[in-house]
Amino acid sequence: MNATIDPARDAELFSCLFEPRGVVVAGASTHPGKFGFVVLHNILASGYEGKVFATNRDGAEVLGITTVPGIDDLPSGEIDLVVVCTPASSNLDLLRSCAAKGIRAAFLTSAGYAEAGADGVAAQAELVALGRELGMLVAGPNGQGVVSTPVNLCAQMVAPFPPAGAIGVASQSGNFVSSFLNWSTQSGVGVSRAVSAGNAASVTVGDYLEYYADDPSTAVGLAYVEGIADGRAFFDRLRSITPRKPMVVVKGGATAGGARAAASHTGSLASDDRVFDGAMRQAGVVRALTVEAAFEAAATFATQPLPKGPNTVVLTTAGGWGVVTADAITASELHLMELPADLLAQIDTKLPPRWSRNNPVDLAGAETRDTIPEVMEMIATHDDVHAIIYLGLGIQSNQARMMHRGRFYPGYGLDRIVEFHQRQDERYATAAADISTSTGKPILTATELAVTDPDNPGPRAVRSSGRLCYASSNRAVTALEQLWRYARFLQR
Amino acid sequence: MPDATISASTKPAHKTLSEEESKELLRPFGVRFPAEAIVRDPDGAAAAADELGLPVVAKLNGDNIAHKTERGLVRLGLASSQAVRDATTELLAAATPKDGEVSVLVAPMIPSNREFICGVSIDPQFGPIILIGIGGILTEAIADVVLRLVPITRRDAEEMIDEIRTQDLLGSFRGEVPVDRSALADLLLALSTASQARSDILAIDLNPVLIHDGTPIAVDALVELSIQ
Repeated sequence: MNATIDPARDAELFSCLFEPRGVVVAGASTHPGKFGFVVLHNILASGYEGKVFATNRDGAEVLGITTVPGIDDLPSGEIDLVVVCTPASSNLDLLRSCAAKGIRAAFLTSAGYAEAGADGVAAQAELVALGRELGMLVAGPNGQGVVSTPVNLCAQMVAPFPPAGAIGVASQSGNFVSSFLNWSTQSGVGVSRAVSAGNAASVTVGDYLEYYADDPSTAVGLAYVEGIADGRAFFDRLRSITPRKPMVVVKGGATAGGARAAASHTGSLASDDRVFDGAMRQAGVVRALTVEAAFEAAATFATQPLPKGPNTVVLTTAGGWGVVTADAITASELHLMELPADLLAQIDTKLPPRWSRNNPVDLAGAETRDTIPEVMEMIATHDDVHAIIYLGLGIQSNQARMMHRGRFYPGYGLDRIVEFHQRQDERYATAAADISTSTGKPILTATELAVTDPDNPGPRAVRSSGRLCYASSNRAVTALEQLWRYARFLQR
Repeated sequence: MPDATISASTKPAHKTLSEEESKELLRPFGVRFPAEAIVRDPDGAAAAADELGLPVVAKLNGDNIAHKTERGLVRLGLASSQAVRDATTELLAAATPKDGEVSVLVAPMIPSNREFICGVSIDPQFGPIILIGIGGILTEAIADVVLRLVPITRRDAEEMIDEIRTQDLLGSFRGEVPVDRSALADLLLALSTASQARSDILAIDLNPVLIHDGTPIAVDALVELSIQ
């Protein structure tokens, strides 16, 4: 074989990794504590749509799969991906056999490579060379696995299998793949693909993000990186990607800098973190400072339209929340816009005079059955408004819960009011999603009930609408600010 | 070459240029500096001050003189011929053998309430970077700086200026007109061009860049070059 193109730049090979027709687990184990068992279990348990094969030295039956002793015993042309759970020493021969069967992508969970001293470094170099020789995409090694919800593939040695969605995850640390997938499971905002780059011997985080940029199943890339060896190449790569799709990056660890000119003030001011921050800004990458902020930014890109400008209106049912949110907006790159006179006049028709008549739009408890959806629609359809943050969802259902659990239920009309409150919160959540969709403007809903009482019908309905219910207005403001920064970057 | 050193780290052999040489290197790329004179003695300094107009500043000038302020080698607001002479005598006396050949740089004193820093450095992972921030002697303590990778576009330069946290210093400040942001962007672009054109540049400091009638004027320059 004469591979002239770098496998890590070949989108067709990435399709073999993320949308394989068939998968083989090499090194399947009968012991439920071994990775070779867990990977096969997770593939089968998540309902992968393609054919599943497994090798086991003894040809034992594992989870109802009749294994074969070696790759040579498998059919040709039915398998695209091998998930390798065998020791490093046997992997070169294994991959050659795989290539002979038409397998074009491999994910190596095996340890014993560059993370394991000089011998491991040499073994990893051989692995990379073989991948190029065979024209095979070799992901990992020492990685946690690969997830792809469009084909229900969970080929990883850990849980969870996240709900389907549009976030593409690539991480230099397997643990953070798990973190992102856990947030996805908790919030209901789903994932398209997820992969831990492991040692990233030949396929780097940048390579995965490049694939996500053109992947129709993915709306946003979400990456964890640390110890970037060639920062300039990473920057160039991301800068070529961001005009196509938003990319959210969270970075860990200080890099190996420190050898800078002490003679210059510029050199001593140019800390690793400041350089990274500037480079990401320049490349149009959304940099998040924490894992949860990174997930929430990505979830927002995946589920909300981009704002066309910074003008933000806060719609709240109570005063304090609005004040704090206004503070957060003022401290951000968003704009707490003044309400235009015609919008004021419009809202006046729906509310008694005691409403705030200002931004935040504080309904001051004056709302009747239809007020919230109606006022939300008025605000969202105004040309000057670019985004809305909606606060107060779930209050009614919170009271309903207390009534439902109290000793007076269902008498005194409590059964009817409980049902009314719950229905109202569902309506508000649905209205926020529908009005956002119809106007093409982001509407972010924030309430701590999203985490303090996730079963509250308000947050639950936000999840059902496919959107993120933010646990605080500050977190909603942070996410919306990231959307605006990216929108502005695209406008340049 | 007493100033060519190799540190224990990976830093290549390097040398710092004198303030005068640093400015000479940067002028062709569009960095503008005020008129100045290089003198060798108190008489020369007094004559230069006459020509430039009092008050003036006097600074010791020489290769490998990097931290002038820290070493007390900058004399500001010299308002009389005698003050210029005295300062020159003291500066020349303050030179150490390690400084090599030295002279005194005399330049007009530019009144300004605001100081910025612009510069270039090499990052081990990202390569040449460009920086702008709040300058002066407190620059490292305040650390209100914004960075980008070289080369930058005009839009990048504008965003860098926009991202300085202390935006009040760029507006109307203490009765002065706002900073000419376009001229500040020009300065950043000139440094970017210089860094691209001269791969031997390891670092540039323009510190301080003073604001006079809204116009940014670099009154000090330090260029560090690698020695191949």
